[in-house]
Amino acid sequence: MNRIVVALLAVLLAVAPAGARAAGGAITLLNVSYDPTRELYAAYNPLFAAFWKRKTGQDVTVRQSHGGSGAQARAVIEGLEADVVTLALAYDVDAVAQNSSVLARDWQRRLPDASSPYTSTIVFVVRKGNPKHIHDWSDVARSGVSVVTPNPKTSGGARWNFLAAYAYGLKRNHNDETKARTLVAQIYKNAAVLDTGARGSTISFSERQIGDVLIAWENEAFFLQRTSPREGYEIIVPSVSILAEPPVAVVDGNARKHGTEAVAQAYLQFLYSPEAQRLACREGYRPRLTAVLGTCGTRFARSDLVTIANFGGWQAAQAKFFADGGVYDQVYGR
Amino acid sequence: MTRDPIPGRVAALAATSAIVALVVVVPLAAVVWAAHGVAPARLASLLVAPRTLAAFGLTFGASAAASLLDVLLGVWAAWVLTTRTFPGRALLDAVVDMPFALPTAVTGITLATLYGPHGWIGAPLLQHGIRVAYTPLGIVLALAFVGLPFVVRTVQPVLADLPRDLADAARGLGASPLAVARRITIPLALPAIATGFALSFARTLGEYGSVVFIAGNFPGRTEIVPLLVLTHLEEYDQAGAAAIATVMLAAALGLVLAINALQRHVVRVHAGA
Amino acid sequence: MSCGCTPVRKRLENVGAVLPIVLLLGMLIVVPLIAVLAGAFSAGAGAVAATLRDGAVRDAVLLSVAAAVVAVAFNAAFGLLAGWTIAKYRFAGKALLVTLIDAPLTVSPVIVGLAVLATLGQHTPAGAWLAAHGLRVAFAPAGVALATTLVTFPYVARAVIAQMTAHGRIYEEAALGLGAGPWQTFRRVTFPLARASFLNGLLICNARALGEFGAVTVVSGNVRGLTQTIPLQIADFYDGARVPAAFALAAALAAVAVILALTARLFARRDTSTKGLSA
Repeated sequence: MNRIVVALLAVLLAVAPAGARAAGGAITLLNVSYDPTRELYAAYNPLFAAFWKRKTGQDVTVRQSHGGSGAQARAVIEGLEADVVTLALAYDVDAVAQNSSVLARDWQRRLPDASSPYTSTIVFVVRKGNPKHIHDWSDVARSGVSVVTPNPKTSGGARWNFLAAYAYGLKRNHNDETKARTLVAQIYKNAAVLDTGARGSTISFSERQIGDVLIAWENEAFFLQRTSPREGYEIIVPSVSILAEPPVAVVDGNARKHGTEAVAQAYLQFLYSPEAQRLACREGYRPRLTAVLGTCGTRFARSDLVTIANFGGWQAAQAKFFADGGVYDQVYGR
Repeated sequence: MTRDPIPGRVAALAATSAIVALVVVVPLAAVVWAAHGVAPARLASLLVAPRTLAAFGLTFGASAAASLLDVLLGVWAAWVLTTRTFPGRALLDAVVDMPFALPTAVTGITLATLYGPHGWIGAPLLQHGIRVAYTPLGIVLALAFVGLPFVVRTVQPVLADLPRDLADAARGLGASPLAVARRITIPLALPAIATGFALSFARTLGEYGSVVFIAGNFPGRTEIVPLLVLTHLEEYDQAGAAAIATVMLAAALGLVLAINALQRHVVRVHAGA
Repeated sequence: MSCGCTPVRKRLENVGAVLPIVLLLGMLIVVPLIAVLAGAFSAGAGAVAATLRDGAVRDAVLLSVAAAVVAVAFNAAFGLLAGWTIAKYRFAGKALLVTLIDAPLTVSPVIVGLAVLATLGQHTPAGAWLAAHGLRVAFAPAGVALATTLVTFPYVARAVIAQMTAHGRIYEEAALGLGAGPWQTFRRVTFPLARASFLNGLLICNARALGEFGAVTVVSGNVRGLTQTIPLQIADFYDGARVPAAFALAAALAAVAVILALTARLFARRDTSTKGLSA
């Protein structure tokens, strides 16, 4: 029996050093991103690595981390040493700038287009044949319609969803805030499940077959159609939606510490190149380059898009709608 | 006996206490300390907010309900395992440990799939109007799954050691099996049953991984306290998260104290039997 | 067993007592296990093999194993020390000490993760000092190992304390009286008597460590190839809409955990024969 104990300990100790692997000689970047970009950056990283190799001869490996946008920003604030962040909304990057010393406050002015190299919007996904006849936000608010959307408290995408619905409510009711609130209250009353992240909602809708309509990022809707071709999911574009601008930023403090400033800068700037814009387009994100948008833009339907500026920017929107006791808490009724 | 005959008391006690202080006391105290940044007024409004109260009510209520269910199933299972012979008994004994071994995230994903509106079990139940996933019922189910082994494994050894002749004598005198259970077996095993309940309650109170997937996470309805803590963290409100966590901590520590008192009682009864 | 009834009635009564609980536990526990396997093989055995060969999975397995090794080694050593201290000596505050050892059993893993951040996060003095000396804890492999250690802290100690307390101190007193030293007494007398419980606790601790999710979620940062453990990788597959891969990895992890638990049960059974309580 003693021998068993000794053997057990020997095995445990032999395995121990295997966990402590050092990174190789190549440059490593850490990109901390949000939920639905898994596929985008999995495709973009080799494209960038090839570009960087051509340009400098250096090998670069990009590590990925994905999760809810707020959770990811919190991790960076608490010390996750991201070289770059690519999050769902500017509010979360602002939070990193405000709550840590690793990111400059003026980050959003350092890259073109308010540091958002690609955009998206909020659309509906319905089941084959659109059995509940959902065409616009008013249909999503109808009683008897079961809605899948993530929790705005934890999900960046969900906040875009909420604001898109609210914008519709304002436009259709001559900016009457009370009526806009009633509309979003009805939509959230119809919620069948409130997942913590956008991808969780996609999975509830597809894998678990919950709900009649999924309110989702446009890129997420394309992802769902691409990965489940047999289900015949249909994308419905509402008459009013919001232009979602997911921002990117180099986390200066960390990049300086790692000596990766140049490559981190290049990693984000290359997102604006025609090659990368075409890739983003293929992955379902709206490219900023009009030339590229022209070649692949037919898939992006047109609706009346408001922007976050209509709500006074993210700081104001967060305080009014999503903070403790804000509009979301009020309309949720509890 | 005035002094300890085994040498090394001071050294052993010092080493044990130092490790416990470093591993348990300091980190948990740090959580309490992290809550100090919350202004008293905000603390009060945070802790009595309907959403917070609902989460606490749900967490404690679902844990208690699940542990009660575990007592019913667990005592029955322990009794069958110790007093009956039947084919597959060893298998049943092994099955009891499965919830303990299964990683909580695996449990969560699996139960959510199984009891979802289109799952193997969820679909037929839904036809009878019973919703499990995304309701408090789903949470109770997940917690009952997690807590069951704690009841069985606490009660089983005590039942195995109960004097068999007492029950046999009662049966011989014409008592029904139910009367034997009510008058003899259950009273003797009661402290162990209570400990099993408390252990299951303690284990399920803080459970996260197996619950989040099946809960649906509706604020005020199916949102458990650990998720509320995470939500506050993700809203960059570490102090608020720490404040809620502190309340949970106090409850948890009180519970462990109670369990240990009970368990000492069980050991005494057990040794005296 | 003397029962005043006919064999047929006794048989019926036996079936009535056994069958419902077997069915209930089958429904509650066995069906989910089957569902994991069905989910794993829903895309064929080839897909399962491909998942298990995936580079990210290999890295996650390495980190999980490393974290479990750290947790099990530390908690095993502490378990023996705590068992000896609590079972063999008298001192004031014993109940409090036992309560503190058990605390991580009931404290939510999420709160344990928060505690790691509150103690050794980037913004704490201790965390900053360690980082300056080259050891990052929060959102680094060390933090994952630490969180795992904290969550599984009580398992070995609980088992060993129960067993050593049940044996009392007469054997040790006898050994010491015969001239053995304390270390020799521990090695030759105390440890062999508690070995079954110790191994039981060790294996249970290992199973819990491999599957830890809540605490690791808070401290990991989810970096593929660096701080992602097996359960986090499962969640990542799931969120990446690779559901069969998630279930394949889940089934593999569950299989390992089940083997650990079954082995632990063998030791636990050996130890109930000596009247020990192990929960």
